Amino acid sequence: MTEIAVSLPTVRRPDLSEARLRRRYAAEKRFRLYGASAICLAVLMLGILLITIVGKGYSAILQTEIALDVVIDPAEAGIDPEGTRDRAVLANADYAKLIKSALYARFPDVTSRQEKRVLNDLVSSGATYELRDAVLENPALIGTTQRLWLTASDDIDMLSKGYTPRDVPETERRVSDKQIAWFDALADDGMVRKAFNTTFFTAGDSREPEQAGVLGAVVGTVLTMLVTLSMTLPLGIATAIYLEEFAPKNKWTDFIEVNINNLAAVPSIVFGLLGLAVFLGFFGLPRSAPLVGGMVLALIVLPTIIIAGRAAIKAVPPSIREAALGVGASPLQVVSHHVLPLAMPGILTGTIIGMAHALGETAPLLMIGMVAFIVDIPHGITDAATVLPVQVYIWADSPERAFVERTSAVIIVLLVVLMAMNAVAILLRRRFERRW
Amino acid sequence: MQLFVVAATLLLLTVIGYYMGRSRALAAVGGRAPQLHSLPSYHGMHVALWCAIPGFLLFILWLVVGQRVIEALVVAGLPPAAASLPPNELGLLLNDVRNLAAGLADRTSAEPMKLAAADRMAELRLTGDILAAVVAVATAIAGLILARRLIAPQFRARNRVERIIGVILIIGSTISILTTIGIVLSLLFESLRFFAQVPIHEFLFGLQWSPQTALREDQVGSSGAFGAVPLFAGTLLVTLIAMLVAVPIGLMSAVYMADYATPRVRALAKPALEVLAGIPTVVYGFFAALTVAPFFRGLGESIGLDVASESALAAGIVMGIMIVPFVSSLSDDVMNAVPQTLRDGSYALGATKSETIRQVVIPAALPGIVGAVLLAVSRAIGETMIVVMAAGLTANLTANPLEAVSTVTVQIATLLVGDQEFDSAKTLAAFALGLVLFFVTLTLNVVALRIVRKYREKYD
Repeated sequence: MTEIAVSLPTVRRPDLSEARLRRRYAAEKRFRLYGASAICLAVLMLGILLITIVGKGYSAILQTEIALDVVIDPAEAGIDPEGTRDRAVLANADYAKLIKSALYARFPDVTSRQEKRVLNDLVSSGATYELRDAVLENPALIGTTQRLWLTASDDIDMLSKGYTPRDVPETERRVSDKQIAWFDALADDGMVRKAFNTTFFTAGDSREPEQAGVLGAVVGTVLTMLVTLSMTLPLGIATAIYLEEFAPKNKWTDFIEVNINNLAAVPSIVFGLLGLAVFLGFFGLPRSAPLVGGMVLALIVLPTIIIAGRAAIKAVPPSIREAALGVGASPLQVVSHHVLPLAMPGILTGTIIGMAHALGETAPLLMIGMVAFIVDIPHGITDAATVLPVQVYIWADSPERAFVERTSAVIIVLLVVLMAMNAVAILLRRRFERRW
Repeated sequence: MQLFVVAATLLLLTVIGYYMGRSRALAAVGGRAPQLHSLPSYHGMHVALWCAIPGFLLFILWLVVGQRVIEALVVAGLPPAAASLPPNELGLLLNDVRNLAAGLADRTSAEPMKLAAADRMAELRLTGDILAAVVAVATAIAGLILARRLIAPQFRARNRVERIIGVILIIGSTISILTTIGIVLSLLFESLRFFAQVPIHEFLFGLQWSPQTALREDQVGSSGAFGAVPLFAGTLLVTLIAMLVAVPIGLMSAVYMADYATPRVRALAKPALEVLAGIPTVVYGFFAALTVAPFFRGLGESIGLDVASESALAAGIVMGIMIVPFVSSLSDDVMNAVPQTLRDGSYALGATKSETIRQVVIPAALPGIVGAVLLAVSRAIGETMIVVMAAGLTANLTANPLEAVSTVTVQIATLLVGDQEFDSAKTLAAFALGLVLFFVTLTLNVVALRIVRKYREKYD
């Protein structure tokens, strides 16, 4: 009897003790915690990113202005010596001198040349044009003394917004002790205010932060996106229809499919190289133009739109096609009268998502020269232009502290636009999506 | 402007063609539409297509080749001394002439020969543009008249229109193939020109990267070394750091989202991850350069480590965050594809949720997860803006994540941004790097897609 017991394989009994069960439950809890903390970490990162950007950028909506009592003395600035009141003549006067005189009058104890230069740096070099425009608009101002609110320079703007620490040695900040003293004197008199920063929304790029605006980049973005959309939507729909409805199942269509899937994963910078070599090098299209940028972006988003379009077309049930064929419609009529209208919401959703993707694309546009410094606001698709993400890149490269604020502000503009586009896509999907 | 006028004219002709064709077809049967073979609108469409296609094709052809034709004519008209210049000097001369013709350069200081050429170019441009416009519009009108004469009650307009549209669809679908061919050819040609100057083994295996080529013979410090190994190493380092961040976080959040999260948590967390995916990379780059890099630098200083201000660590971690949603959504897909029966079997044996996930779901989904990770790697390798803004420009051959490294994409971007001559080894090097990048990402992709697809079929 004992022999049998020995030959039996030892039975592995599961360890059913309380201790092991506790260990297993603890492991379960830990695992769950890892998962929760992974999500928390991701959300936290998103939060930090958004809070940093908004925290740095929100103050760009206001711009510091300094009030000066400017004596608009026609003799001093040489305004319109012959009294013609012609705009061209009026524009051609030394308004900078008037602003300097106003500053010297406000701080009469400043005498040395060097000090004067530092004092002049309180107001932006763009203040000259503000004064000129005020005079052009109302020539009656000539000969009077006006209290004008002029844009402060970027360093003063940073000081007034509290970004420049006052307690560090003078050499470690961009404003001198004297400038701080003058600024405080002006602030005590109520001659400093923060006003809505219209320049930021109405001007093109500039080397001076206080004169730089995003309008040029916004217009460039709109033009580029128009080119992209007008190229990619027809091509994407045509390809999706062909592959889904008409293409025979053979090697060639398989090849097209594989090719589209691979193109979707090619790094965008490679498309930039393509644009540089083919569109600029071979076809000789203009550099930095929204036309070329739009074409490159169109190629980048084309796979996205094709894939979304095919999914939407595939979702239309065959019964619809069969019914249409049954009442005598031709294959093309089936597609154009029934399948396409039913698939359109899905295609449009995919298109909006693709366009949002294109809107954030930067690297390929650097390749084709949209990174150039362009002050003018573009008027057509062949003018030199830049786009919002590239503007972010350009300003992020600038050393001035005020550009950090403005870069963050552009990012906020960009993110708001992107979120609006995505919200529209989600709404469209909710409103029109059909379950068959 | 003139472009717009011509396009508008052609479009107008097309619309006119449509209505003319339709009314003519109706008139041909005395207004009794059923007697027509095709619907009147098909007759209209037929005329419109005949009108639009040749006109627009000619017009686009001129836009593409016009400048070349004009330049060839201008070169032919140059005095023999100038026309026999070597190609690159001729290119410079043509550039001057182009600027003069466009009114971008100062005419007063230009040489008379160039001025004459510029005037000739402007003149040719004007006549060429007008000629092209006239020919395009005339062709459109001719097409319109021709197609209109074809209209008859038994004319098979519908069949013809459908065939034309079918051809258009096929042409549209080949654009993606043309794009690939364009990428491959442009990268290949420029790279071959580069390898004619720098031997390919030196490029692939050289340990020194400093693309500044010497302008003068005796210039110091610009030897022009094109050994790309430091760039490959830098790319791998940054990618590795990114994957160390992205894979655990992405995978765990996918697991949590699929198996643990309550619907409310999911409704909040899923869009948050999607937002993370939708943020432009330039924003991540700005964040990395401005917030994360100084943070690590400060952290390193406080514990006595010397962290470079453009460390691989900062760029890698931010890139990892960017890729998290990518990993999580892809692995979510593959884990959902594991059949519920496998999970139920595991639960029936008394396994806890985490045991089921670790010992059943993840092993079953492993090929798919590997595919997802490979796709994420290919994305990290090709990512440009984060590394351009947060990683360094100098190519260090180092494995220390606290030092500055440079990557392939950074070099492509910096070599090609700004003014450049199109023939120097420096510019061409960017294309060689692009070729490497293209083939590496393509291979990763093909392999990853194959793994994912094969795996999906297994459980279908």
